[in-house]
Parts: sequence; structure tokens; C-alpha cells
Amino acid sequence: MNIIVCIKQVPDTSEIKINPETNTLMREGVPSIINPFDLYALEAGIQIKEKLGGKVTVLTMGPPQAETALREAISMGADEAVLLSDRAFAGSDTWATSYTLAQAIKKFGADIIFCGKQAIDGDTAQVGPETAEFLGIPHISYIRKIEEIKDDYIRVQRLMDEGYDIVETGLPVLLTVVKELNQPRMPSLKGKMAAKKAEIKKMGKAEIEADEDNIGLKGSPTQVKNIFAPQIKAERKMIKGSSEEQADALIDELRKIKCI
Amino acid sequence: MPIVVRVDKCTGCETCLTSCPFDAIVMKEGKAFINEYCNYCKTCISVCPEGAIIETEEISNLKSQISNIKDYKDVLVFAEQREGKVAPVSYELLGIGRKLADELGAKLLAFLLGADESEATELIKWGADRVYLCNDSELIKFNDDSYADILTRVINEQKPSIVLAGATPIGRSFIPRVAARLRTGLTADCTSLEIDKVSKNLLQVRPAFGGNIMATILCPDYRPQMATVRPRVMKRGSYDENRTGEILNIQMDNITARTKVIESIKEVSGISVNLHEAEFIVAGGRGAAGEKGFKLLEELAQVLGGVVGASRAAVDEGWISYSHQVGQTGKTVNPKIYIACGISGAVQHLVGMQSSDIIIAINKNPEAPIFNVATYGIVGDLFEIVPMLTKRIKEIKGM
Ligand SMILES: Cc1cc2nc3c(=O)[nH]c(=O)nc-3n(C[C@H](O)[C@H](O)[C@H](O)COP(=O)(O)OP(=O)(O)OC[C@H]3O[C@@H](n4cnc5c(N)ncnc54)[C@H](O)[C@@H]3O)c2cc1C
Ligand SMILES: Nc1ncnc2c1ncn2[C@@H]1O[C@H](COP(=O)(O)O)[C@@H](O)[C@H]1O
Repeated sequence: MNIIVCIKQVPDTSEIKINPETNTLMREGVPSIINPFDLYALEAGIQIKEKLGGKVTVLTMGPPQAETALREAISMGADEAVLLSDRAFAGSDTWATSYTLAQAIKKFGADIIFCGKQAIDGDTAQVGPETAEFLGIPHISYIRKIEEIKDDYIRVQRLMDEGYDIVETGLPVLLTVVKELNQPRMPSLKGKMAAKKAEIKKMGKAEIEADEDNIGLKGSPTQVKNIFAPQIKAERKMIKGSSEEQADALIDELRKIKCI
Repeated sequence: MPIVVRVDKCTGCETCLTSCPFDAIVMKEGKAFINEYCNYCKTCISVCPEGAIIETEEISNLKSQISNIKDYKDVLVFAEQREGKVAPVSYELLGIGRKLADELGAKLLAFLLGADESEATELIKWGADRVYLCNDSELIKFNDDSYADILTRVINEQKPSIVLAGATPIGRSFIPRVAARLRTGLTADCTSLEIDKVSKNLLQVRPAFGGNIMATILCPDYRPQMATVRPRVMKRGSYDENRTGEILNIQMDNITARTKVIESIKEVSGISVNLHEAEFIVAGGRGAAGEKGFKLLEELAQVLGGVVGASRAAVDEGWISYSHQVGQTGKTVNPKIYIACGISGAVQHLVGMQSSDIIIAINKNPEAPIFNVATYGIVGDLFEIVPMLTKRIKEIKGM
């Protein structure tokens, strides 16, 4: 089984603070991590390999420092790692990112491609399905359980608003995963050794035969117009007094505005 | 590089460095330098105290574009259904879609799969001018391939300028395929949509970086401009019993799907957890301290006719099931009243509930960030206050 896991290096958004004066992000000291959802994707890939044999390749498009994320993935049990890095990829939106990832995946071929449900920086959840479209293969989003997998068949549970669907398909397929799927393992000692020594395959636009018009800023249909801080509701009323007084005052307020 | 630092003006203060969301600015010989990871968001331009960062060339000039943008006119809404019944998010999309269409002087089209004519008529009463309907029973269950194929076909024929879908598991799964195929932009999970007065382009606002910032996204050079819209943030339009419109039946010949839904399973826990529909949500966090605390919240929810929500901390502790979770990795809610009990107010929680009409925060700690978004704040112990609220409401309602 040939498995590719797409991972992205992201800032740990739970540590990001906003500079109240400029209303902009403060990135200083915010660590870069593997997108948390991609760890579930990686774990799923490794588990399938352990069951059916084959290999797991981790793939990322990003700056040279994204190599750290790939090495971390190897320490968890990935066999090979590919870094797509090229100045020409800069400014990619989800369309151009997916095109680029798909061009690379076509070079290797895969039976299953795993993505995280979404990346915590962009939160779009679009790269997975768009990549599947560029590859011309089906995808299933929000996988929370793999019920059965064989060489040419997979049946999974897909999370929906009010429950889940049981979905089946042939391979190849692209799956995006949610956190209920598994518990990602910790890096092993052997894995850490392997990560140090591993050779990271680097590819640019020429190696993946990308069309100039489809990559980076030039290939991206969307553009960011501006970024601003979310507005916080201004009018706030603090209700003081003993617990009983507070409860009564709140009820009075709600009755005044006819909410109860 | 269209965004550059004017070395003569740069004082090396590093303000831009720390504010770049993409880590794309580095210091070189005491001056700021923008590298290839620039996403052209222009944050640095706005924060530079010296005015030393400038845009050298309009980004649009660098891009490829389609030539027939003028041919794309109307607004198309994907009306999602569940078991043949139009889902509430679809009516919200018609509300905002109607507004955008009127501003553009265009028609509002709706696209409905796997439901019957009576449902299509409802869409018209809620504001649609024309409904494309494919009432094939195969389509009642959601399938990425068939949904993407039919929608792509309708878009290619009708050339709408704007396409909207709900940012639900369904919309977020198959709409990206359509955008990829049409070679156009797609903006995820929008919370506000407006038409730019001058260019007539769609201004799409969405949260990013875990809700820490908002970004306005444009798709100026390709059509249609596609967006998924977060449920419960747009208001429904007005319902008009007498509104008329067209229903066009479309056929689904030659449409095949490579994935197959074998079964759909509904999961509803003991009490109903329809967080999306609820007018009152009583939510608990780590401060609720266990199942006993949640019992109190449930009682309050019951007398209010509402449901119970939870922070991720409470779900992780196992006090309540995941289907109750509100926030970035849970549900987005927009009730009339959200009562947050023992919830600190981490951004990941706030993004899921801050558009509620009224937010009541009950927390022991006066410094808790939840008070920043609260309409009414009570510094106090939920174990005392919640039962009192329940008792008072019971009295008022004569229960
Ligand atoms: C990628 C990512 C995604 C996430 N997604 C979500 C999400 O979807 N939803 C979500 O909620 N979180 C999410 N989180 C977690 C989030 O960062 C917080 O950890 C979480 O919301 C905290 O929950 P809490 O407020 O219940 O707990 P705490 O932060 O521990 O706060 C408990 C509060 O209760 C108060 N309290 C204690 N006892 C009492 C009492 N007797 N009466 C009154 N007040 C009391 C305390 O003062 C405190 O403010 C996410 C985190 C990450 C990294
Ligand atoms: N630059 C990237 N390189 C590799 N994988 C990516 C990249 N961007 C996104 N992905 C994958 O696509 C998923 C969804 O990302 P997004 O659409 O950005 O929310 C992530 O969880 C990753 O698996």
C-alpha cells in the first residue's frame, strides 16, 4: 500500500496573541508545529502500513524550515519525506496549493492520500478535496473511523452534522480526517534516530512539471485584501451584589428586553 | 515582488516583523526584508510607522485572468437538504443572496438536489427567483461526485457571478471540488459578505488563525466568486407567501459517483443537542466541575426551553459528549441567549459563540476573557447562581 500524508507546518494558533495597539498578530515566540489534524492523518497512514504493508510518504509544500516538520513525521514512523519548496510557490491560495500538491503526488502515485480536516492557520478545509479533484480521484471528508480496508476497497465513517455516514469506495482515494479517528503516537527512539539521518527529497516547480500560470501568487484566484482584528462587543454590563441579588437582577434585565 | 521595503526609510524597528502573520519578514543588515513567504496581506504596510513598506505593483496585474468576467451575472445559492427537507442554512443563504443580488441588479438562483417541488416553492417564497431542481431519489443522500458534477454543469450554463453554499460538512466537502474544476477561488467559512461599491467584486470576510484575526478575501479575476458561509451568522430574508418564481427541472443523466453511502446514522444523545436551532444555550466549561455541574445546567436549559453546550475542556473531561461542543473544533452557534457558565473564553471557544445575540457570562474569575464578549457579566459561583436562575424562571413561568 502506497500512502501519502500531506502535512503542513503552522504556527501554534493557541499561543498567538494580538497586539492591542496595532491590532495585528504577535508571532514572536510562537512555536511552529505540525498542524494538529495532520497528526491524526499520519497516525492513520502508519496504522494501515502496519496492517497491510507498504510505505508512508509525508509531503509538504512550504519554506525550507518546513523540513523540521517532515523530520518530526519520520520520527513518528513515516518512511520517506518530500519537501516542495520554490520561490515560485509563494503566495499560493488553496487552489494553487492543491494544484502543486497534486502535481507532486502524480510523480509518486499513491493508493491512499491522507490530509488533516483543516489547517489551523487558514482553517479552510479545502486543500484535501481540491487536491483530489486535481488528481481525478474521489475523496471522503471528515473521516472518524476506518471500518474496513483491503487492497482495493475502503469503508469509513464520515462525520456529518447530525451523526455519521458509512461510505465505501475503491482505491485510490483521498481522505481528510478528524480527531476522533485515533490517538497519534509519540516519536520512538528508533524513529528519532531515523529522523536525524533521513534524506529529505526536495522538489521545485521544474521537478513536478508545474505550469507557471497555476502556481504561487500568479496561479491563485483569491487574494487577501486586508487583515484586521475581530471586533469585540462594546456594551457590557457587570451585575454586582450577592448571588441572590445577581440572579434577580439578571432575570429583571432579561424580562425588560422580553427574553423570558 | 509587489510589496517591498524602502531601505532608505526603514529604521529597523521590527514592528512589521512581529506583525506578519506569515513569518515572511526577516532582518538583513538592520533593515526589514520581505521574503518569498509573503502572502501579500499588506498588514506590514499598515503597521510600519515610517511608511517604508510600499506596494510596487497591483497584485492583479501579476495574475492570469479570465476574459469574459462580464458574462457572469447572477447569484446562485446551493440549497442543502437533509432527508428531503431544506436545511435552515439554506434560508440564511437566500437572505444574504437576495441582498447581494439586489445590489448587483441580478437574479437570485437556487440549486436544490434530492427534494421535491414543494420544497423548491419554499425557496422561492424565501427570496429565490429561479430554482434548479433535480428531484432524483439518488440525490437525497449526499455524494461528493454527483453533487459536484451537477453543480458544475449548472454553473457552466448559467454563469453566475457569485456562488454560495453553507459551511457545513456537505458544503465544505464538495464545493472545493467544484472550485478546483472551474479554476476559480473559494473562500471558506465566511462570516460577512458585501459588494464592493466601486469594483462590484464580492468582499468576503472570514476568521483565520483560530479566530485571532479576520481577513477580507477577494476573487477579482476569476468567476464565479465562490464562498461557503458559516451557518447561523446570516439572517434569513423575509418570507413572502405570494412570491412567484420559476422551477426548472434538471436531469441527471450520465452522472456517476465513485463513492457510495451505505447508511446514514443519526446520533442524538439523551437530551436533544440541536445547538444550531436552539434559541437558548446554557453552556458549561471546566468550571462546571463534573456531571453534577452539568445536571444544574441541564435543569436551567430545560426551564428555558433550550439546550446544553460545552467547552472543549468539559468534553475532554468526559462530562458531556462531543456533539455538545461549541467552538473552533465544535459547532458554531448563534442563539438568542448564550449563558456561559465556568468557561474562561479561549478564542477557540469564542469563535463558535460570539455572534450570539446576548451573551451571559458566569465566572468566578473577574479577569476571565469571556467577560470581554459578554452582554451581561456575573462574577460569582455557578453552583449558587445557576440553581437560583432556574428557580426564578420556574416561578415566572408558573412551572
Ligand atoms: C486547535 C484547537 C482547537 C480548539 N477548539 C476548541 C473548541 O472548539 N471549543 C472550545 O471550547 N475549546 C477549544 N479549544 C480549547 C480552548 O483553547 C480552551 O482550552 C478551552 O475552551 C477551555 O475550556 P474552559 O473555558 O471550559 O476551561 P478553563 O479555561 O479551565 O476555564 C474554566 C473557567 O471556569 C471558571 N470557574 C471555575 N469554577 C467556577 C465556578 N464554581 N463558578 C464559576 N466559574 C468557575 C474559572 O474561573 C475559569 O475561567 C481548542 C484548542 C485548540 C488548540
Ligand atoms: N502547504 C501544504 N503542504 C502539505 N499539505 C497541506 C498544505 N496545506 C494544506 N495541506 C493539507 O490540507 C489539509 C487542509 O488544509 P487547509 O485547506 O489549508 O485547511 C491540511 O490538514 C493538510 O493535510
